[in-house]
Amino acid sequence: MKYNKIPTIFTALALALTTSTAALAADVTLLNVSYDPTRELYTDFNKSFAAHWKGKTGDTVTIKQSHGGAGKQARAVIDGLEADVVTLALACDIDAIVEKGLIKPGWQKELPHNSSPYTSTIVFLVRKGNPGGIKNWDDLVKPGIAVITPNPKTSGGARWNYLAAWAFAKNLPGGSDVKAKEFVNKLFKNVPVLDSGARGSTNTFVQRGLGDVLLAWENEAFLAINELGPDKFDIVTPPASIMAEPPVTVIDKVVDKRGTRKVAEEYLKYLYTDEGQKIAAKHYYRPINPKIPTKLAQVKKLYTIDKDFGGWQKAQKTHFADGGTFDQIYAPTK
Amino acid sequence: MQNKSNSKSTGHTQTEPTVVRWALITTSLVFLALFLALPLAAVFSQAFEKGLSVYLEALKEPDTLSSIKLTLITAAVTVPLNLFFGVTAAWAIAKFSFPAKNLLITMIDLPFSVSPVISGLIYVLIFGLQGWIGPWLQDHDIKVVFAVPGIILATIFVTFPFVARELIPLMEAQGKEEEEAALVLGASGLQTFFLVTLPKIKWGIIYGVILCNARAMGEFGAVSVVSGHIRGMTNTVPLHVEILYNEYNYTAAFAVASLLAFLALVTLVVKTIAEWKVRQALENN
Amino acid sequence: MSLFKKHNNVLPGFGMTLGFTIFYLSVIVLIPLSALGFRTMGLTWSEFLSTVTAPRVLASYNVTFGAALIAASINAVFGVLVAWVLVRYRFPGRNIVDALVDLPFALPTAVAGITLATIYSSNGWVGRYLEPLGIKVAFTPLGITLAMTFIGLPFVVRTVQPVIEEIEVELEEAAVCLGASRWQTLSRVIFPVLLPSILTGFALSFARGVGEYGSIIFIAGNMPMVSEITPLLIITKLEQFDYEGATAIACVMLLASFLMLLVVNILQKWSRRYAE
Repeated sequence: MKYNKIPTIFTALALALTTSTAALAADVTLLNVSYDPTRELYTDFNKSFAAHWKGKTGDTVTIKQSHGGAGKQARAVIDGLEADVVTLALACDIDAIVEKGLIKPGWQKELPHNSSPYTSTIVFLVRKGNPGGIKNWDDLVKPGIAVITPNPKTSGGARWNYLAAWAFAKNLPGGSDVKAKEFVNKLFKNVPVLDSGARGSTNTFVQRGLGDVLLAWENEAFLAINELGPDKFDIVTPPASIMAEPPVTVIDKVVDKRGTRKVAEEYLKYLYTDEGQKIAAKHYYRPINPKIPTKLAQVKKLYTIDKDFGGWQKAQKTHFADGGTFDQIYAPTK
Repeated sequence: MQNKSNSKSTGHTQTEPTVVRWALITTSLVFLALFLALPLAAVFSQAFEKGLSVYLEALKEPDTLSSIKLTLITAAVTVPLNLFFGVTAAWAIAKFSFPAKNLLITMIDLPFSVSPVISGLIYVLIFGLQGWIGPWLQDHDIKVVFAVPGIILATIFVTFPFVARELIPLMEAQGKEEEEAALVLGASGLQTFFLVTLPKIKWGIIYGVILCNARAMGEFGAVSVVSGHIRGMTNTVPLHVEILYNEYNYTAAFAVASLLAFLALVTLVVKTIAEWKVRQALENN
Repeated sequence: MSLFKKHNNVLPGFGMTLGFTIFYLSVIVLIPLSALGFRTMGLTWSEFLSTVTAPRVLASYNVTFGAALIAASINAVFGVLVAWVLVRYRFPGRNIVDALVDLPFALPTAVAGITLATIYSSNGWVGRYLEPLGIKVAFTPLGITLAMTFIGLPFVVRTVQPVIEEIEVELEEAAVCLGASRWQTLSRVIFPVLLPSILTGFALSFARGVGEYGSIIFIAGNMPMVSEITPLLIITKLEQFDYEGATAIACVMLLASFLMLLVVNILQKWSRRYAE
């Protein structure tokens, strides 16, 4: 009784606000909840899709974007942020939404290529001329090299960083899980700052001038160079890295409630068209359609989450859950 | 050079030798310069790094404008509510005595020291889809968190104590004789409040409103938890600053931030005037 | 209600104003905060204990409470100095300085954090001169202390300032008449009068520092066991969808803030009694 009244007043106010803006805007609105590094990609893609949808149906579609750390974004959807589609960094973040019943299980089979319309990988951003001489993962554990990466506990991208390093060490001649653990241990001893998100790390590396190498999404590295000066940084693509598959899906509960399933599904499918793939390539993602040209350097060996780590559920549990291999790095020595 | 407003301490007061005095003044000025003036200067210098036209351009961007609009709406709802609460709470606490008054004051203070992260989280726990009344809200298509009402609620929480905290000591110090006299002379309760009490606490109210408003517009942590970060819809100015910063758009980020810093400065000027008036009011009393 | 009023007070509106105060307080503060407690009940007592006493959590208490303690101490010293200078001395620009003290109240915390990091990182305005001296501020526990000092300063200045203004000149004069030196007057007469308000400001600044998040994450470095603050751990728990763990730690912090404030209010009562 007590707490019924005030929310109602606010809600009335909010409804007044949202309806007034909605009336001006469009026939359909979609909310795409995404992670940090896709801002530029979806700004472009949304324009293209709106034109495509208008041409196909005559309806105007407005796509609202929300960006943030992947985990935080998944949590917001779980707690009621009404996203029609999510385009996140990790399958396990989407799995968390599935667990709460908002998405039907088996979502990853709905769209081609594990529901990942584009892939990316982890590269090194170094200072111009590569003064540290960093070419491959084993250069990162050398003494005196400062490595910048976000915290894998809070950043999706950082989990890919971590797993790429792990896979590299494990696949060295004579490699094993024990050796891999030692390797990432040494690597994280070289990390002076753990930002909570990928963009925070880039800012630390670029703006604060901290560190010799930044582990970053490939597209983030290119964006940083384009935005912040090609004369200051170089990208080093290591011979081996991990294939990151950022997945996309519709939120079944929301689209069924809002009646936006058709346009939401079309939106995601449009990512797979030549047009969508070209936009992804333009923003330095790796298109899954091999016919679309890309400027990105070939990575000789790409590890995958399914083959090398037995899927996200398992990787998450072994490495990033409380007490996992990552936590053990920082566990106090007894 | 002697002080005017604080006439009590002039003349007779023994003071430190000039050298000590200036040493103390210098020390505190250096401290304030390092901790306060420098950050302020940094904000403005980065904002104008690329010139005035880039600065204005950054402010005209539609997402920036909508964030300013949302921040103004939030403050416009938050401040009057907390003002009304502040005045009523101060009336009850300062003019009457009742048991557990200290506990009540402590609870009013509580939002000052609750971590902003927690301040946002509690509303998600209640209104979120996994929370107490979230599912019911969902069924009735009422959005609280990740929409404007959630942002307003979190802001009200964070700025909750400001007005009350400002008025309680002031009204306690003023006593209640004048109000009693007015009532004896036949004024109604409301008349007494508006004609007798209000003029006395006017400047205290303004002081509280200013601080409340500044904090309402500037709050980041709590709002960040309940916002949902939908561009052009649920981003307040501080959240928009973070977004711009994370898009490597540093000049625009600091340009928008300078708006808030500028607001802080205006606030401080108005507040200084208010403070001075309050002191006068108390002295005349 | 009217009986109650007649016995105590002729002023009207007690029931209404107190009623509204309690209602509004419950709706905005108490009921939402109780959600934390209820959510934590999803844990058994032993789970709760092991969550809030895990080594990393303990380390974060150390960092958070330690840095807040240092920051509050710095503020207690410099805040009193600033308050004293502002009240007792006249110098050009005093009004501007007086106004500037409230800046941390008004500047959004994220902007404050970014700006402090800009100034004090190794390539920043001040950081570049500190770095050769071997002093690293940004991305170390020192940075956390710096941010907490920034946001806590006004609390000390603004609680001590009015008390200094109210100090009776007669008190000092009497001390002089009795042959006290200036130093004796300050330490034996003025300091005891100021002490309660200094403690109050110290406690408020401390409580605010413990809870601070927005400005600190930009300058802290966030290294587990070294520069990770408790509010960040709450966020980390949330990122893993561990609501119970997050609320458990939040409850511990909430309890700490509540106790802190209760102490503050008792101190204030004490200070009022002392002044009378």
